[in-house]
Amino acid sequence: MARLELTSASPEETERIAGRLARGLRVGDVVTVSGELGSGKTTFVRGACRALGIEVPVTSPTFTVGHRYLGNRDVSHLDLYRFQGFSPAEWGDLEPYFVDAICFVEWPEAAAQALPPVRIALRLSHVDREHRLIEVEGDDRQLLAEVSGDADARV
Amino acid sequence: MHARFGGVVPEVASRRHLELVVPVLREALAEADTELESLDAVAVTQGPGLVGALLVGLSAAKAVAWANRLPLVPVDHLHGHVASLYLQHEPVEPPFLCLLASGGHTLLIDVAEPGAFRVLGTTLDDAAGEAFDKGARLLGLGYPGGAAIDRLAREGDPAAYDFPVARVSGLDFSFSGVKTALLYAVRDLSDDELERRRADLAASYERAIVSALVARTNEAAEQTGAPRTAVVGGVAANSELRAALPDALFAPLPLCTDNAAMIASAARYTEAVPFPGYLELDAYASG
Repeated sequence: MARLELTSASPEETERIAGRLARGLRVGDVVTVSGELGSGKTTFVRGACRALGIEVPVTSPTFTVGHRYLGNRDVSHLDLYRFQGFSPAEWGDLEPYFVDAICFVEWPEAAAQALPPVRIALRLSHVDREHRLIEVEGDDRQLLAEVSGDADARV
Repeated sequence: MHARFGGVVPEVASRRHLELVVPVLREALAEADTELESLDAVAVTQGPGLVGALLVGLSAAKAVAWANRLPLVPVDHLHGHVASLYLQHEPVEPPFLCLLASGGHTLLIDVAEPGAFRVLGTTLDDAAGEAFDKGARLLGLGYPGGAAIDRLAREGDPAAYDFPVARVSGLDFSFSGVKTALLYAVRDLSDDELERRRADLAASYERAIVSALVARTNEAAEQTGAPRTAVVGGVAANSELRAALPDALFAPLPLCTDNAAMIASAARYTEAVPFPGYLELDAYASG
């Protein structure tokens, strides 16, 4: 398991980092996006969607639970914020979102071990009002190198 | 149910829908003092929403329609919210401008005629109702968060804090930044201070969200020249919003949250699919 830490100074930079990740993702990949309120999770997913040719507003799925976007590769955007625990019945509701799409899952903690294998696990956190720490974990060192770009990153 | 599960989602899960769809259908028929044989058509929500839950309703509706050789009317959930305005004793007559604000959506819609639906602006990140709900969680208030903030805000000073709402271009909204601003304000306070300032924070936060909604709504009204403005969706229950738009028409409170009556109302202005051509219809997650 390789790990990368990046610091973003703005929502725009968070979107650019997400774009570098998105270009290396394949249909079927699952990316978890953890982090507290306001840390930039939806911003990150928006950046990934933009890089995949999705131009419609990419909004928070907290209340709707799931969004599905058509792009060069389709993107599902799930948010388990309102879940507390997870049963097979709830899994049945989420399963279609993982089919034929790259799937980003915000607040994945509620689903714990129930998710399909995760290719990339992200954790975002507040550094100060402008800056966010983005931790990227995954087995694919090549992909992590692409995500780091020419940024000042520690792998 | 929300309160019992602490804001969890079993109520949107398809398993719950499956358990409730037949009892609810029976109860609706009994309350309306009618029977399946007397119906002219069956209306059903096709999307947007959680696909599994939508499919339960869609399958039940197809079964009822097919068994009775009735047409099926697939209705968009958001069109349903607008059509809640046609269920009052004095229905709102188009043309009007509609602000739809709920937990999942925040839209400005130009309604030129019944069934018309031209989106003028939308949230680019969080919905207004979601901003209320997450704000309530940051303030340690209960669920549903919008009502909790609204109640507490009456005891607070709306000018105590300045929570700037990002101004985005056009007629779109952004509520993600104001949520983060509240987070930082809460963080800067000790527990004792937070206890003392909670009502001020709630009032200021509510004022910020409502001001942004009102400003954009008024801009849209000016641009479209719409003679009336109407407000639908869960956030239409907010007392500050009602006070800030005194001339606007608000959906009746029981029809502000998601309900089946508004779907039936919208069906009157939606093209029906004749028997039996609807068996292939699928639900959609996003609009």
